[in-house]
Amino acid sequence: MMEQALANLEVFAATLLELAREDSGLLVVTSDSRGSAKLAPFAKAAPGQIVEVGIAEQNLVGVAAGLAAAGKKVFAVSPACFLTARSFEQIKNDLCYSNRPVNAVGISAGVSYGALGTTHHSLHDYAALRAVHNITIVAPADNFETREAVRAAAQLPKPVYLRFGKKKMPHLPRVDSAFELGKASLIREGAHLSFLACGETVAPAFSAAELLAKEGIQCRILSLHTVKPLDQAAVRKAATETGRVITVEEHSVSGGLGEACAGLLLQEGIHARFKIVGFPDDHTVTGSQEEIFRHYGLDGPSLAKAGRELLEKQ
Amino acid sequence: MTLNLMLTERELKLKSVQYRKALLRLIKACGAGHTGGDLSCLDILNVLYNRIMRVSPETFKSPDRDYYIQSKGHCAEALFVVLADMGFFPESDLETLNRYGSHYIGHPTRDVNGVEQNTGALGHGLAVAVGIALAGKMDRKDYRVFTLLGDGELAEGSNWEAGMTAAHYRLDNLVAIVDRNGLQITGSTEDVCQLSPLDEKFESFGFAVQRCDGNDVGELVRVLESVPFRPGKPSLVLAKTRKGKGVSFMENVAKWHHGVPSDEDFKRAMTELEAAQAAIA
Ligand SMILES: Cc1ncc(C[n+]2csc(CCOP(=O)(O)OP(=O)(O)O)c2C)c(N)n1
Ligand SMILES: [Mg+2]
Repeated sequence: MMEQALANLEVFAATLLELAREDSGLLVVTSDSRGSAKLAPFAKAAPGQIVEVGIAEQNLVGVAAGLAAAGKKVFAVSPACFLTARSFEQIKNDLCYSNRPVNAVGISAGVSYGALGTTHHSLHDYAALRAVHNITIVAPADNFETREAVRAAAQLPKPVYLRFGKKKMPHLPRVDSAFELGKASLIREGAHLSFLACGETVAPAFSAAELLAKEGIQCRILSLHTVKPLDQAAVRKAATETGRVITVEEHSVSGGLGEACAGLLLQEGIHARFKIVGFPDDHTVTGSQEEIFRHYGLDGPSLAKAGRELLEKQ
Repeated sequence: MTLNLMLTERELKLKSVQYRKALLRLIKACGAGHTGGDLSCLDILNVLYNRIMRVSPETFKSPDRDYYIQSKGHCAEALFVVLADMGFFPESDLETLNRYGSHYIGHPTRDVNGVEQNTGALGHGLAVAVGIALAGKMDRKDYRVFTLLGDGELAEGSNWEAGMTAAHYRLDNLVAIVDRNGLQITGSTEDVCQLSPLDEKFESFGFAVQRCDGNDVGELVRVLESVPFRPGKPSLVLAKTRKGKGVSFMENVAKWHHGVPSDEDFKRAMTELEAAQAAIA
């Protein structure tokens, strides 16, 4: 069994405080979101390094762009649903087009908010932001990737979108302990089937691999923490070496990680049995994040079943 | 169930206590809810549905009904308690709130009978209300449109955009009510993003503004019965409320924004509300 650690969000907040202590020019901008973002301790420890704009997400991103224009290192933090929908134009124009190196941090992403429903879910953010030039999209799988991603994003002189859930995440074992933005992390090696996952879906993909291993099916697990730019080499390699690929994302099946991988493979003429697991184009069912995951087949046992089915398919 | 326009002030006060009890039972049972803001706006919802608005389960599909848009959608539990009491759906439906597969979720949705608009992302309600009010003017209807806004919510610029449209089109069939409880998630609204003076701000945007005690049903009736405050202008009610109203230890305490009472909290709260009920009865 995997050891439960902290929520990625908590690790993000702690890492941000470390960074703020190293660099007094680092600022966090919030929109009545510091509590949800676990940034209350940050606000206490570094009151001069937090800017509050109230419940105003468009303003949040605009102000962040301005602070960055004047030389500050900025993290703009708000629930992913509002940050990437409400402030989409500010992200597109004021960050990406104008090339302001702001880290837009979407918290409680995907269906983390469970029964609060569609207004609070972000199942569109990869699709929307993938279509915007000049943004790096990062959804870390566990605490390790979160710490590394936050530090790497702080160094990157370009806009970044970081996406975190709020559930406690297990420490994932990894074959290779290096972390680099744009490079997939190999979590588990296997020859029969590849799970290409990102964010909070890497853990259930890993559970599926453990279930399948008992049946003699060996799965490769890649954490594609950087959804954009995609690690094309790793995706290509997984498809050619295992011949069967299941992508998993806490996102609509439209325009996300799965379609990014499918588009790459199809255009390169690489044939693999292929399945995209994500949210269908439908009303999202009510429930906790866990119940919603189970409903749409994003839990370990459902993913194992999807794996078996793909192996049986001719 | 028919709409009773004749509830006396004393009956309204009793209803408010009953609603508070039903609300806390609901939040306790489903283990989630925006308790503080629910309690601060319950008296407003009570007066709107039981005295002011011309809408009932029978007339809900009528093109002549009054409309209610809850912009501060996170206080869905308060709305659901009142809608159940008005007969829009059986109260027992609420046992499924937030449960797997239920259409009762933690925000208002049109899957729930009586709800006009899906809300939950703040800063949307006023613009939608403006659209409905504008259509009413175009079609020469005499319905009114009521919308309830949080005060923290007013930092969203969309409210001010909608406000300008409301004044521009002289929408005196529009009534915006601000639940002025002075708190949002982080703490005091004035510490987070200064709002005062709200009356002057809305007046300068073209609203006719009236202040009232938003937890006093009598005052609410008097103010809301007098809309429009000025012909040709949208009305704005600055309803001074207390977040957590009715439960001493929740009143004006920021952490109760989405706090769920423990067993002990729940008992204490119910005891206080029973006492309040006895005092009125
Ligand atoms: C666009 C948007 N941003 C953020 C939130 C998260 N949120 C829910 S309630 C709330 C505070 C609301 O405060 P206020 O408007 O004063 O409401 P009340 O005090 O009546 O609960 C916030 C920030 C949201 N629902 N929508
Ligand atoms: Mg408030």
